[in-house]
Amino acid sequence: MTTLAIHNARVIDPKLGLDGVMDIVVVDGRIGRIGPNEAEMVIDAERIDASGLTVTPGFVDLHCHLREPGFEHKETIATGTLAAAKGGFTTVCAMPNTEPPLDSQATAESVLHQIEQSAQIRVLPIGCVTLGRAGTELAPAAELVESGVVAISDDGDAVANTALMQAALSYSSLFALPVVQHAEDPALVANGQIHEGWISTRLGLRGRPSSAEEILVARDIALAEVTGGHLHLAHISTSGSVSLIAAAKARGIHVTAEVTPHHLTLTHEIVAFDGQSSAIRYDTSAKVNPPLREPRDLEILTEALAQGIVDAIATDHAPHSKSDKEIEFDLAAPGISMLETAFGLAMKRVHDGSLNLPTLIKTLTSGPVDSWSLENRTNTPGLGTLSPGSPADIAIIDPDLLWKVDTQEFLSKGKNTPVDGWELKGKVLATIFTGEPVFVDPEMSSRLRLN
Amino acid sequence: MMTNEREYSSDLEGTSFSNEQSDLVWDHEDVLDLDDFTVQEIETVIALAEQMREVLDRRIARAPALRGFTVINLFFEPSTRTRASFELAGKVLGADVISVSADNSSVVKGESLIDTVKTLSAMRADAIVMRHSMSGAPYLASTYTDAAIINAGDGSHAHPTQALLDIYTLKQRLGSLRGKKIVMVGDISHSRVARSGIWGFSAMGAEVVLCGPPTLLPAGLNDNVHVSRKSSNLPSVQVETDIDVALDNADVVMALRLQKERQQGGLLPSLREYSKLYQVTQERLSRAKQSHVLMHPGPKNEGIEIAGNVASGSNSTIEEQVTNGVAVRMALLYLLAGKGQVGAN
Repeated sequence: MTTLAIHNARVIDPKLGLDGVMDIVVVDGRIGRIGPNEAEMVIDAERIDASGLTVTPGFVDLHCHLREPGFEHKETIATGTLAAAKGGFTTVCAMPNTEPPLDSQATAESVLHQIEQSAQIRVLPIGCVTLGRAGTELAPAAELVESGVVAISDDGDAVANTALMQAALSYSSLFALPVVQHAEDPALVANGQIHEGWISTRLGLRGRPSSAEEILVARDIALAEVTGGHLHLAHISTSGSVSLIAAAKARGIHVTAEVTPHHLTLTHEIVAFDGQSSAIRYDTSAKVNPPLREPRDLEILTEALAQGIVDAIATDHAPHSKSDKEIEFDLAAPGISMLETAFGLAMKRVHDGSLNLPTLIKTLTSGPVDSWSLENRTNTPGLGTLSPGSPADIAIIDPDLLWKVDTQEFLSKGKNTPVDGWELKGKVLATIFTGEPVFVDPEMSSRLRLN
Repeated sequence: MMTNEREYSSDLEGTSFSNEQSDLVWDHEDVLDLDDFTVQEIETVIALAEQMREVLDRRIARAPALRGFTVINLFFEPSTRTRASFELAGKVLGADVISVSADNSSVVKGESLIDTVKTLSAMRADAIVMRHSMSGAPYLASTYTDAAIINAGDGSHAHPTQALLDIYTLKQRLGSLRGKKIVMVGDISHSRVARSGIWGFSAMGAEVVLCGPPTLLPAGLNDNVHVSRKSSNLPSVQVETDIDVALDNADVVMALRLQKERQQGGLLPSLREYSKLYQVTQERLSRAKQSHVLMHPGPKNEGIEIAGNVASGSNSTIEEQVTNGVAVRMALLYLLAGKGQVGAN
């Protein structure tokens, strides 16, 4: 029997309604006892002194790209999960736009085998909506569910065909399986590079208008209503989407939604301007789909997160190699490497007063778990919480620690981020997965007494 | 910013270039767009271009001030006039000029833009004149070479040498651009000429009016909400979809080339309709000032964006623009060669 005692932490568990200084005792990989002074009488334990620090359930990411199989030069399950652990995540859902795409039981089995071999944390695969992500025929959802996929998505591309999307939502309702839509109307974003607005005009780049997202959000909400399927909207980015989702939820339609740390904190202006110089640039590291939007969108998205209209923060971690990004803007791959900066970046919204810390933690833990019913789907009671008996998935954080982003220190292969060199306030100091430390920041070493 | 009061002279008799205002202001290693040009810098280019124009008008146009200077024209997009203009500009000044086009370079073998630029740089190119179909490509190139990059047109973004030659041409005709109404008509969305023109004309004090169908007008013009000094939008402009209103009392009318792809792209029902609504015709120009200047950056589609008799009419400066283009490019090469610093030797 191994025991880990975490002393004197401010424990925040939104699902359990906990927010106070207490101890956590972990026994054999599961949460044992939790409460004030619980660790005092524990003997023969590994110990962590968490005085002045905050302890939360390990973060859960509904949306990341681990790139394996097929794009191992961008990321692997091993490096992606190391990066996730460094970011405080203990569960991540991996998108299926790999090569081959995860659209069959055979591919699912081989991916699960690779996860078994090399993942540092819990990886839950997402399957394709359509065969080969081609948008023409449905992938075998029942078999994918049997293999263990937790949702289906053609992310990277929208399921554009209305009839097919209706069929996907209708059929997946058999398994209460979330259909995750990348909502951008392909005709409206063809060759589009960044948000359509004054920056796209200034730079002479083709725009991706907000309406392209809102049109598919509105359409798919209507389809979810007629089918009774579960629509999950990936990385929503516009204020108009928020209104549509709020109205749909009020009508009882089964819709959930996520937002990324970058869509909460960065505007389209950073593509062209570094905030210091008036000279323009074409920063491909800020190229992402859907694109970074306008200040007003950021405000509305943050409010929506605070109000529960948006259920979860998801990273859309999209690692790319140097050669994918150091290229003409039109040719550069879209996406941001986000796992290692997600918490620090999202904390900007806590430090500027627009979110409180427990709400932020909720949207990183029980928010995503509940929106996809992951406890039931993965047969893991207590996932996303610190309730006794649940897997000891824990993040130890310092919400006020200043640190500087340095992509050379990223564990992800993807160094593609527009926030390289930025000073962020709020850092993950250690991550524990099923009782084992999977990441420990050097700042924490003096606080550990491990056997 | 460098202010140089010395007179510039080349090593050949009769090819000495000087600045009339005796102060030359120039602080550029590259020419990527006009957004970072001061009025003084634009005036420096124009003043030098006037002298270059004198050289061009000689019976034997040669002033080998740039002997030993290597210019490489790197064109990823077809171009006749801009490429020929740069070639001539370099040759008149005695520079070694070679042209590489995407068709016959290793670009078709998949060599990246960065590798191509590094390779040309390693061959000791002093200046690379670049035309590319993608916005921002010269900015990428400039970070990988010490050679001066001159943007000869990038995607829908910028065409600074066109704007400079237009300013020069207008100064010849009008004296000053201050307070003049300049109307650009056509496909503003996709026009790099329009974008650089907005910067250049506005800097010189002109009032810029953009006119075109709503499907060819870009988003976010004049959107200055939340904009700080460190992240500036294009200068403010007037936008007018009715060409008759736009042309009213205009000092300058510039018709922009309409790409035939816009019809296929669903932005226009037909070229016929476009020409009905937006062709610059003699009748429409009667609303402009009688002394108006008519411009076109070329190549033009007569009968579509501009009527044939207008293009060849007495108000037209289209041929002047072409000649002045060589002079302006000579001036830029001369400045980028650092002649401002070595001129007194």
